Amino acid sequence: MNSDCIVIEGSNMAECHPVAFQWVTEAKARGAKVIHVDPRFTRTSAIADLHVPLRAGSDIVFLGALVNHVLSNDLYFHDYVAAYTNASSLIREEYQDSEDLDGLFSGWDPDSKQYDQASWQYEYEDTPDAGVSEDDPAGAAEQERLSQEESVKDADQAHASGSGGPPLHGRAKRDETLQHPRCVFQVLKRHFARYTPEKVAEVCGVEPEAFLKVAEWITANSGRERTTAFVYSVGWTQHTVGAQYIRTASILQALLGNMGRPGGGILALRGHASIQGSTDIPTLYNLLPGYLPMPHATQHQSLDDYVADAAGTGGFWGNKRAYAVSLLKAWWGDAATPENDFCFDYVPKITGDHSSYRTVADMVEGKVAGYFLAGENPTVGHANGRMQRFGLANLEWLVVRDLQMIESASFWQTAPEIETGELVTEQIPTEVFFVPAASHVEKDGTFTQTQRMLQWRFKAIEPPGDCRSDLWFYYHLGRILRERLEDSTDPRDRPLLDLTWDYPLHGETQDPSADAVLREINGVGPDGRALSGYLDLKDDGSTTSGCWIYSGVYADEVNQAARKRPGREQGQVASEWGWSWPYNRRVLYNRASADPDGKPWSERKKYVWWDAEAGRWASTGDAVDFEATKPPDYVPPPGAKAQAALSGQDPFVMQSDGKAWLFAPKGVVDGPLPTHYEPSESPVENALYAVQGNPSTEHIQAPYNREAPSMGDVFPYSVTTYRLTEHHTAGAMSRTLPYLSELQPEFFVEVSPELAAERGLENGGWATLVSPRAAIEARVLVTERIRPIRTRGGQVVHQIGAPYHWGETGISTGDSANDLLPVVMDPNTHIQESKASTVDIRPGRRPRGPELTELLEQYRHRAGIASGRMPVGGRVAVEGT
Amino acid sequence: MTTVSSASPAFTGNDPQNRLFGPLPDVQGEAGYATDHPARVGFFTDTSVCIGCKACEVACKEWNTLPMDDSYGNRDTLGLSGMSYDNTGQLGANTWRHVAFIEQVRTVDLPMPTMGPPATRQDGITDAPDEAEPGDSVVTAQTSVLNAEALSEFDPQTSQSGDREIRWLMSSDVCKHCTHAGCLDVCPTGALFRTEFGTVVVQGDICNGCGYCVPSCPYGVINQRKDDGRVFKCTMCYDRLTDGLQPACASACPTQSIQFGDLDELQARADARLETLKRQGVESARLYGRDEDDGVGGNGAFFLLLDEPEVYGLPPDPIVTTRDLPAMWRSAAAAAAMMVGVALSAVLGSRRS
Repeated sequence: MNSDCIVIEGSNMAECHPVAFQWVTEAKARGAKVIHVDPRFTRTSAIADLHVPLRAGSDIVFLGALVNHVLSNDLYFHDYVAAYTNASSLIREEYQDSEDLDGLFSGWDPDSKQYDQASWQYEYEDTPDAGVSEDDPAGAAEQERLSQEESVKDADQAHASGSGGPPLHGRAKRDETLQHPRCVFQVLKRHFARYTPEKVAEVCGVEPEAFLKVAEWITANSGRERTTAFVYSVGWTQHTVGAQYIRTASILQALLGNMGRPGGGILALRGHASIQGSTDIPTLYNLLPGYLPMPHATQHQSLDDYVADAAGTGGFWGNKRAYAVSLLKAWWGDAATPENDFCFDYVPKITGDHSSYRTVADMVEGKVAGYFLAGENPTVGHANGRMQRFGLANLEWLVVRDLQMIESASFWQTAPEIETGELVTEQIPTEVFFVPAASHVEKDGTFTQTQRMLQWRFKAIEPPGDCRSDLWFYYHLGRILRERLEDSTDPRDRPLLDLTWDYPLHGETQDPSADAVLREINGVGPDGRALSGYLDLKDDGSTTSGCWIYSGVYADEVNQAARKRPGREQGQVASEWGWSWPYNRRVLYNRASADPDGKPWSERKKYVWWDAEAGRWASTGDAVDFEATKPPDYVPPPGAKAQAALSGQDPFVMQSDGKAWLFAPKGVVDGPLPTHYEPSESPVENALYAVQGNPSTEHIQAPYNREAPSMGDVFPYSVTTYRLTEHHTAGAMSRTLPYLSELQPEFFVEVSPELAAERGLENGGWATLVSPRAAIEARVLVTERIRPIRTRGGQVVHQIGAPYHWGETGISTGDSANDLLPVVMDPNTHIQESKASTVDIRPGRRPRGPELTELLEQYRHRAGIASGRMPVGGRVAVEGT
Repeated sequence: MTTVSSASPAFTGNDPQNRLFGPLPDVQGEAGYATDHPARVGFFTDTSVCIGCKACEVACKEWNTLPMDDSYGNRDTLGLSGMSYDNTGQLGANTWRHVAFIEQVRTVDLPMPTMGPPATRQDGITDAPDEAEPGDSVVTAQTSVLNAEALSEFDPQTSQSGDREIRWLMSSDVCKHCTHAGCLDVCPTGALFRTEFGTVVVQGDICNGCGYCVPSCPYGVINQRKDDGRVFKCTMCYDRLTDGLQPACASACPTQSIQFGDLDELQARADARLETLKRQGVESARLYGRDEDDGVGGNGAFFLLLDEPEVYGLPPDPIVTTRDLPAMWRSAAAAAAMMVGVALSAVLGSRRS
């Protein structure tokens, strides 16, 4: 709302986040420019001032060219970049860029297909007491060595670093003039030098005029007086280089000085209610609450091992031990003592990549016994639905908790593979337990939204019949398991038996109190009172906190998330509506909204400033993201640790060096700088490097996951999947309701008039889409909103749009677009590439039964791909591992 | 005691001036409500900020428990219309809000790029949108998806998309709650009545399904259900209004495209919005149903459109079907008189002969 320019790229905000989009509408009414960069002309484009159609999977070239434009035309925010980024830090001499190695960085190991990141690091000052000291240099070095072991790398280092980037052990050499050839600024300049408007035209299919208009708008709306915001969602993340898309935008925004300031930033829109909450208090295999990494079996034998990497580093991650100990105390209470390492041994350890798709591959192989699905319909909502169904069909038991009977619970009866004979109902061993769930109006609790804001909602009505909240389900499941094991002497049962599992129960259904759980998450001090925030956490076991970043949500024994004071009764920041982690902070790193001396960059963008008289930071209403009384001229004394090691001019307080990283010396597994790679399946050759796709991409080689060769003519068209406003993700909450089903009653694909003419497709008629994984049928919507893209040498790339909501049950049914997709993943996040893959399209409906598998086999044969035939029952192993 | 009448002022004798046509400052008063009746309320639908989310359609159906239907108004059937994202088709007995989607496109030559250090240019931060002036962008061809004939002057509301100008218009249509409501005037049973809020509502328990109102609506809004023939249409959530709540659609709209309130306030707001858009160069913006001098005496639910009304499926010059009623009656009377005269003269004449 405070932005002067909003770039929405990789997101269809108006359609998929209509409620949040009201603020874009508001900003636009105040005069902000709205730019939508997207392959499709969507309902977001309809409201934007400018729509820039680009080829799916080419964003790094577009964004990289903006970075280059800003650097070569001297349009970056000089003072901001010099003071608040790592532009002046020197990189080690051994570092070689992808420009030098034609698409690879130094440290590449072609056998493991992974990087050794040693050469990417800063050149450190020689003096060990240059600011950051090592409590335990040997321990940290050992952790460093272990972190490069393959099983640890597989287990996802990017997440293992937590939310603030990995720790550094030293102070980088700097060249404040930014002239040193090895300083980040110069490295960056060289890296993006070939990302020009002409390359944008060639790779993205965007006319230079359109590109320059975007460049003009964002640079004119950045600087002291103005700010530009970027907005993305899964249009960026669901690529094999997804994390690097976001990195490119981060670099651009740091150069333009748009981070930590009102109306600036990069907004990651979350797909549905409380997805943010489910990463904060994670449902991910490699994270503990508050972005603490999941301990690894070989790397972390003890609590000391676990926290060794953080000991002595700068920034707030330096207090990792206090966060970890408080978490263990919240879980195991009195049983957690200094003598038993606060029950660190009770925490399960990971041994490698246990991400969702790997686990499903294991399921297909018969290695997984049981599976819980809570509010998830993977046979429709996840990439390669066939793989998901083969996985579910090879379990012993499956628990599905949902509001509606979904395809993932009824697959044994309704799966398309039953018609083709690949699955036989009578032979499926999986025992399915469907447990009806309560909806959001039928239970108390919080939602954490995109802005990290927790909003409490009150139960409005009792859930019908046997429907129960998730809290009820897991609490009573735990209670029953504990009762069963009550007399057990087996040490392996101690973690379960020693858990603090004593929440007040309410009502006839014995629902545990969500309020009490929130208070437990907040944590208490030695006096038993709720803590006011994570700075109160201690590493001696005297405090508890179920999630350190949420500490403060129950400050003063008040449920701060339940505050609902209307915005009109408050100032601009409206800090008394809900509660944002951390410390109710609405703009993160907002120290950057003031200049190094602590004065606002401008009156117009005033947000946080140093009040010298009072000796503390002041703000227009937000919580200051800096130590309250640390003056701008503070210089850390030798040997300072954690936040004390950051100077008064280091706003990015979660980073070891307090700086925004234009170059990531550590932590991003596929390169320290974003580099354009084509999608794993692409109709186009990489115009910048000899390396075609991201070399670090994760593949699963198996008959159910065959990949199409790039630039092939059997699967010539690019397809991108997405959502519509009218339906919700995998459809359980919309295809089952008449009011929503009738608004988009049938599965359809969107094609351009040119492609329709090329393939003889008719508006409203049927088409069959074929990929190496599946063949599906859809109605055709011919529209000028989908546009063929002309790229290098006049090659025309046709793009097909495919909303993925449909499945075989519900009121509105249809084939599932996600069945088409390959499971190929970003190595940083294990997120699949949903937004760009290749297919063929032809008029008419698809064949039924065994003919369908024949058709697919013919296609694979023609494309020179290995057979994708599945044995009856679908149990196969992953190949070549 | 005041008599509240469902009939038009024409039949109550309260307004000899504008009984069936023309401005009517106090519709409730004319219908017989006492002077302390609430202010006339309405909808202002600003289509320039509509994002086509259809939350209004859903909220309406949910609050009013309407059944689902297909784009032809057939109950409980589903089918893709193939008309952009509009699978609702039209307003009807089961659909009281309908979001229209209109795709327009034309090819343009891109203006010459402005090369060199762009920081010297200021357009990015001025209020005036810097799309090329209509004269600058050479129109090379004109193609269209759905409305070839409807392409009017494109303006900055249009998003340039590569070498094309594309516009995707969205507009949530609804019953207009006319000042002179044809449906109400012809209703023989009194099922249709003017509420104290100035809106027009059907009472389902009185309607006998005669269907007279259907052809009398100049907008084609009111319609019969196929089962028993009774008619249904938007009530502006009469039940919610009496409880001090907003209509369901307006509450659900995330971008304030649908605004509910006192009609005079909405009219002022709409006039200001139109002025803003005009100032920004949106030449094609216009208000529809705002003019009290139009054929229905102005609407309780009026719109800000970005193109001709026909583009949205709205009649360009709606006229209440009862406007000509007095004239018709006069002609009928004259004709009757003449016939009587002819008959008389025939009779008298025959006697003379």
